[in-house]
Amino acid sequence: MEEILEVLEKNSKLSAKEIAEMTGKGVEEVQKSIKEYEDKKIILGYMTLINWEKTDKESVMAFIEIKVTPQREYGFDKIAARIYRFPEVKACYLMSGGFDLAVIIEGKTMKEVALFVSQKLAVQEYVLSTATHFVLKKYKDEGVEFEGKEQDDREAIII
Amino acid sequence: MNMEDMILPKIKNIPPSGIRKYFDIINEMENVISLGIGEPDFVTPWNIREASIYSLEKGHTHYSANAGLIELRKEIADYLKRNFCVSYNPEDQIIVTVGGSEAIDIALRALVGPGDEVIIPEPSFVAYKGCTAFAGATPKVVNLRAEDNFKLTPKLLENAITPKTKVLIFPFPNNPTGAIMTKDGIKAIVDVLKDKNIIVLSDEIYAELTYGKKHVSIASFPEMKDKTILVSGFSKAYAMTGWRIGYVCGHPSLISAMKKIHQYAIMCSPTMSQYAAIEALKNSYESVGEMVREYNRRRNVMVNGFRKMGLQCFEPQGAFYAFPSIKSTGLTSDEFCEKLLKTEKVLVIPGNAFGQCGEGFVRACYATSMDKIMEALKRIDNFIHSQVS
Repeated sequence: MEEILEVLEKNSKLSAKEIAEMTGKGVEEVQKSIKEYEDKKIILGYMTLINWEKTDKESVMAFIEIKVTPQREYGFDKIAARIYRFPEVKACYLMSGGFDLAVIIEGKTMKEVALFVSQKLAVQEYVLSTATHFVLKKYKDEGVEFEGKEQDDREAIII
Repeated sequence: MNMEDMILPKIKNIPPSGIRKYFDIINEMENVISLGIGEPDFVTPWNIREASIYSLEKGHTHYSANAGLIELRKEIADYLKRNFCVSYNPEDQIIVTVGGSEAIDIALRALVGPGDEVIIPEPSFVAYKGCTAFAGATPKVVNLRAEDNFKLTPKLLENAITPKTKVLIFPFPNNPTGAIMTKDGIKAIVDVLKDKNIIVLSDEIYAELTYGKKHVSIASFPEMKDKTILVSGFSKAYAMTGWRIGYVCGHPSLISAMKKIHQYAIMCSPTMSQYAAIEALKNSYESVGEMVREYNRRRNVMVNGFRKMGLQCFEPQGAFYAFPSIKSTGLTSDEFCEKLLKTEKVLVIPGNAFGQCGEGFVRACYATSMDKIMEALKRIDNFIHSQVS
């Protein structure tokens, strides 16, 4: 059990001291493990989950299905790299099933995303087709429900 | 007609709960952190809730068999065998009850009455004494000691046994101390009991919640199997307190006797809760593991927190309670809890609510979020320092 990872995955703000206390490990041991995870790129970063809909920021997200022709020697990896290097691409996965690459794009407007898909993705050599699905509402991301989180409503009871 | 005269003395003589006043104070205050309630803060895992909703959609809204759905009884039997090496026949050795509480009540009502003694180790869950009194029997309290890690020792047990002893309550993992009994410790108790006609009522509701050591059931000792009534349920392990569902297992003769009370008083446990319980036993291994790991982290933080404040705190190995000694503050348990609540707005429960020998201790439940635990510890630390200066 990689308990330190399990704890950090839920809350990256915890200090080594707090994690040490929770897990019953020494502070130095925890610091050393975290450093090792970072060095080995097991921990890749510390993000913050933000519900942008509650801010004034204009943003739109799309899920793109891409069919490609795999290349001799490189398979899907090289064409995937050409795609995921664009900063607009937030995530890129190789898929089984009806299409090959699943790509998540973020942009300011639907038009911006559509232009990006048509001008940067669809025109790539080896890309056979794209299908763009816009995200209308986020209910849950990274295991966190965006709304309707159950409150602690336990009532006082004798024991 | 004086209504008070109509009430049975054995009911009237049971004192009102001493904890009630704290909840009354809480209702008047804001921003209180309660470490008082003994129930999980987790919501029942969704797969369990969903299974129950589906059962309602399908129209499973009728009575079940008195002893409970046979499918559920089979799952309970499999679960107990798999995890604790105890075998029960689902046909005639298991009753699905309305929580572990009903199981305790019907077991005592089936077994004891005036003239019988029930040995109750304390500190422990308040219902044992109450149910013993309802049945008209006499509670014989054994005071567990911090220096024994709140375990029941053979010596304490031997001293409590009289010719009138009929039942021993065996409440481990323990509420409120968090003590557990290991295999060796149970073996020593079994040696005292094996040639005596005493039934053990083993309340194993916290069996899933142990930290480091796996729970051992006294019923897994062959010489104790027939003499043990095993009580457990879904409330604590699966965060299902509101569903009111538990079970009791034992020798067919005893179960048959308990079933008589159960079928007249209760008929059967709520059917939708029974469907939820089937799902809990079938598919919740992962969620339980996750909850236990989280409880363990909270336990570490809380126990360390109390120790850093200078309070002696025995290491709880089960349930979800810490039971620190507050004797160093010079306050009684009641004074400590009342002052802490009024000055720092943190609720813990006085140890003497669980028996006189709990005086000098308080119970703090760590089934609440880590943030709240950390904040509560800060406030308690403030309180203790303000007492010293």
